[in-house]
Amino acid sequence: MSTPGTREATVPTAAALALGDDALILSHRLGEWAGSAPVLEEEVALANIALDLLGQARVLLSLAGDEDELAYLREERSFRNAQLVEQPNGDFAHTIARQLYFSTYQRLLYGQLATGDGPFAGLAAKAVKEIAYHQDHAEHWTLRLGDGTPESHERMQRACDALWRYTGELFQPVDGLDLDHAAMESAWLDSVTAVLDKATLTVPTGPRTGAWAAGAGRQGLHTESFGRMLAEMQHLHRSHPGATW
Amino acid sequence: MTAVTAGTTGTTGTPGVSDAAVAATQAAYEAVFDAAVAADERIEPRDWMPEAYRASLVRQIAQHAHSEIIGMQPEANWITRAPSLRRKAILIAKVQDEAGHGLYLYSAAETLGTSRDELLDKLHAGRQKYSSIFNYPTLTWADVGAIGWLVDGAAITNQVPLCRCSYGPYARAMVRVCKEESFHQRQGYEALLALSNGTEAQHAMAQDAVDRWWWPSLMMFGPPDDESTHTAQAMAWKIKRHTNDELRQRFVDIAVPQAEALGLTLPDPDLRWNEERGHYDFGPIDWTEFWDVLKGNGPCNDQRLSQRRQAHEDGAWVREAAAAYAEKHTGKHGEAQA
Repeated sequence: MSTPGTREATVPTAAALALGDDALILSHRLGEWAGSAPVLEEEVALANIALDLLGQARVLLSLAGDEDELAYLREERSFRNAQLVEQPNGDFAHTIARQLYFSTYQRLLYGQLATGDGPFAGLAAKAVKEIAYHQDHAEHWTLRLGDGTPESHERMQRACDALWRYTGELFQPVDGLDLDHAAMESAWLDSVTAVLDKATLTVPTGPRTGAWAAGAGRQGLHTESFGRMLAEMQHLHRSHPGATW
Repeated sequence: MTAVTAGTTGTTGTPGVSDAAVAATQAAYEAVFDAAVAADERIEPRDWMPEAYRASLVRQIAQHAHSEIIGMQPEANWITRAPSLRRKAILIAKVQDEAGHGLYLYSAAETLGTSRDELLDKLHAGRQKYSSIFNYPTLTWADVGAIGWLVDGAAITNQVPLCRCSYGPYARAMVRVCKEESFHQRQGYEALLALSNGTEAQHAMAQDAVDRWWWPSLMMFGPPDDESTHTAQAMAWKIKRHTNDELRQRFVDIAVPQAEALGLTLPDPDLRWNEERGHYDFGPIDWTEFWDVLKGNGPCNDQRLSQRRQAHEDGAWVREAAAAYAEKHTGKHGEAQA
């Protein structure tokens, strides 16, 4: 689908879509937990993070066009989110590992954007406070699971290993984001390594990028579960073209 | 508060105290309790209270808490399919609030000497109930609006009088819950209004949802007064302030003009204004269905309880990890707080 051209002069659409889609898709995944969390407090926490992310997504997508058209009427190949955020929830450890990797990245990213004077500075300044909570939540659960029981340790390690391969993409350049990606990546590695160390976990050693994955999601190349997720998300909206809700 | 504190009641079985003396003391406590209730004073956790009063409150508050958490399921069913980002945000916030209400209510129940774990075990074992309404399925998006309008509307009608309930912690929880519920109800009504005023297909979807949720909502007020086993005692203790039938009538009287404003009909051919009574008359409720759902044979009873049990079982290793971590880091305050 096309996006309105009027705003493209001031807001880099590719960047707004990349950041907006990250927030939208991760929010959706967290929303899938509702009613199934391990404790009632986590029902509240996961919903809260999902809501924060959805709020960010709505602002970002609105910068690029109509939020609902962009969320509900694009097909898989037009989404610009990183593959990390579309990964299925898995067990609680997978959800936490995904959140740890993403929140750490997002906090660094929005931290930088907030200090600049670009089109995202206002949003980033507000969002970075929310993300600090998300990161805190993910780090504390990484510690509890990593340094909890042998079972939780094993599950957390497995989750960290499984998602590791999707983390390199976060630091691929995005059109319209004038950031020092290499510096961000190194700060991310330091931060994640410190948390995993403290959680008695081993920092994964597998590749973080490869020819198959270099910036793939950002180019509209996604993993298989993503299409099914979109089918569920978009079905009702698409069934009633032109309706308002 | 003039009621006697629980700490002074440890006379039962005290050596040297005669049975007659114990009975006399017991009667004195009861008199103080009865006077406090009669004077509309609040009973607080440390006050003496009759065991039956305590048990009745535990039963009611637990059932209320369970309803909040089971009630997350029919609405959460639509989070991933919500048709606009605005509606999705509203729905996530609502389901989150329900988890929060569950937390307040379990805390209120815990002031009576039980624990959340114990209550959840009873829920999972089917030994404590939750509201019958959540055993109905959400089949379309409009059901989310109908639940907000009718189910939350019925819940508020039930709960507003509980803000004056004689047990302090429950009454205070209800004040907070009712504020948020009223907000949800307005949002549900507004979602339904958008559908009713939308395309033909949307209007039909809204009407169908109201047709399916109307009678189950009326059943939320419980059995008719002549079949309600707890009502008389609960009213004497000022836990309840109105009978089931009184509240049900109040709800119908409020809902009928709202349905008219929505441009939707209610599925009851006997529904009409009664000038003489100053109330709406309405048709007979299918009590066979009500008791059937209550006994576990409604459309979603098995599904709701299975999902709840499954979430609890799947989460066991997470709770064990949190406990083990806290144990290891006891004393290292910064980390144990993690």
